[in-house]
Amino acid sequence: MEEVLSKYLLTLYVTGTSPRTRIAIDNLNRICKQELDGRYELEIVDVLEHPQRAEDEKILATPTLIKQLPLPLRRVIGDLSDKDKVLLGLEVRPNGVSSSSPSFNSAT
Amino acid sequence: MTNTNHPAVEKLRTGISSLDIIAKGGLPKNRTTLISGTAGSGKTVFAVHFLAAGIELGEPGVFVTFEESAADVRKNMQSFGWDLAQWEEEGKLAFVDASPDPQVETVESGEFDLGALVARVQNAVNKVKATRVSVDSLGAVFSQFEDQAMVRGELFRIASALKAMGVTAILTAERADDHGPVARFGVEEFIADNVMILRNALEDETRRRTIEILKFRGCDHQKGEYPFTIIPDGGVIVIPLSAMQLSMKSSNVRISSGNHEVDEMCGGGFFRDSVTLVSGATGTGKTLTVAQFLQGGAANGEKCLLLAFEESRDQLVRNATGWGFDFEQMERDGLLRVVCDYPDLSGLEDWLVTIQGIITEFGPQRMALDSLSALENVGTLKAFREFVIGLTSFIKHKEITGMFTATTGTLMGGDSITESNISTLTDSIILLRYVEMFGDVKRGITVLKMRGSGHDKAIREFTIGKDGMHVGRAFRNVTGILSGAPVHVTPGDVERVWSQYDKAVGERRRPETTSGH
Repeated sequence: MEEVLSKYLLTLYVTGTSPRTRIAIDNLNRICKQELDGRYELEIVDVLEHPQRAEDEKILATPTLIKQLPLPLRRVIGDLSDKDKVLLGLEVRPNGVSSSSPSFNSAT
Repeated sequence: MTNTNHPAVEKLRTGISSLDIIAKGGLPKNRTTLISGTAGSGKTVFAVHFLAAGIELGEPGVFVTFEESAADVRKNMQSFGWDLAQWEEEGKLAFVDASPDPQVETVESGEFDLGALVARVQNAVNKVKATRVSVDSLGAVFSQFEDQAMVRGELFRIASALKAMGVTAILTAERADDHGPVARFGVEEFIADNVMILRNALEDETRRRTIEILKFRGCDHQKGEYPFTIIPDGGVIVIPLSAMQLSMKSSNVRISSGNHEVDEMCGGGFFRDSVTLVSGATGTGKTLTVAQFLQGGAANGEKCLLLAFEESRDQLVRNATGWGFDFEQMERDGLLRVVCDYPDLSGLEDWLVTIQGIITEFGPQRMALDSLSALENVGTLKAFREFVIGLTSFIKHKEITGMFTATTGTLMGGDSITESNISTLTDSIILLRYVEMFGDVKRGITVLKMRGSGHDKAIREFTIGKDGMHVGRAFRNVTGILSGAPVHVTPGDVERVWSQYDKAVGERRRPETTSGH
């Protein structure tokens, strides 16, 4: 397996520049720095400016974080304040360790 | 119809004509109306029909689906003749597919709102310039998220957003049972301005759909439950009973029953837009009465419709031939249409809509239904009455002369359930009875009621021959025919009773001498 090399492709859908939007962005940046160590690309989409993208992705809630790569696709909704749940949703093992644990992968 | 009485709230004509009648013009414009109902009560069809009817009026719409996927909705609605995909292509309809995707696992972490959903609805409304929005269903939103309080708050925001967009919206919601709280999850608390309830109640082993407008804040509507049905190529069809009764006309033109002796008994024939009930035991000659009624119409070049629920087509044609009527020739001439079917094939509401469709298409001047009793067991008593009211009003409105038959349960005398339930709804009642006389069974006919006309009060003997029905003399020395227990009285008794009656009434004419004398 090549999890060590694989890059995380993340999209965060938010509504405007509300406090909740800022909290979610801050939380996500912190988690990515701590756990993904540069192995990620993050795009932030404001659904008020790009409603069609929300339509195409069938987004209901904001903020919604989508992990497009590595597969499988995963979603985390909310302001990402619960770090453990974010890591669970992204299938990242905490503490900077590579996510390539056999037991973890087989569970998906 | 406009809102002359209530200028404050404008109404939007939905285009579902039967709904517009009970809603007195339509739904409150630029407002949201909650449609609540149990599972299977027709909420989704209603929500789509609202948009489909709008598109036909040139008003684009947006369908927000939380339960079924857009693909499923497109497929399911094809049977109603609504090509949603086509409308989407033409820019008349847009979907907001908010149905859950089981493929994608979702984790909740922290607080969130439904801002993306609101943005999508706004986007879809802008895209097709929608004036109508249907949201189906609110309950399904709750099942997608754990935080119910958040969802409730967000739905309130969506309802306000819809109001701000200036659209007329329908929101559907589930309720646990047909007569409990308006809706689950307390959604009625924030969108309770206008509430309609769809019911699909099980009564006596049959399903009966009704629609009730519970409230329209600030404007008028019909009260109470109205039966409705959902049919292919038609969608939701409400049966607005009270509204139909108001528009009834009355005619003084007489037409022939097809038998001049019966005409005489009726004081010169049936009224043109009247409905006559012919009641009798099996074999007393109901179908014959119907056949000569149709024959009489066809002889005058009138189009006649026969709805037969008891006999097959072949049987009917053969029997008619036996009485000297050539049904097949009448059909070839385009003067007769015979529709034979099994009454159990659909519910009474569906029958009403189907029959109305046939009448509208064929345009008969006369119609007969043989027999109502066959339809009686298809639904509940209430549904049956509504069916008769609906059909009676409809054919009167179309100025069609109607004849219904009812079968009595007992051979001798007695009355039928059909009769006792609908006798007030028909204009005339003709009874056919077996009369036992000295070891013979004879047939008796009497006109029991003839609204707006004098008629023969006697019970007369009639015979059935090769050329149909012959009405003879009155049974004068027999009493108790109608109760099914005829008792013979001597001519002397008859004379005495009538002479006393003559003294009392004065101008009363003397009876004829008896037939068995």
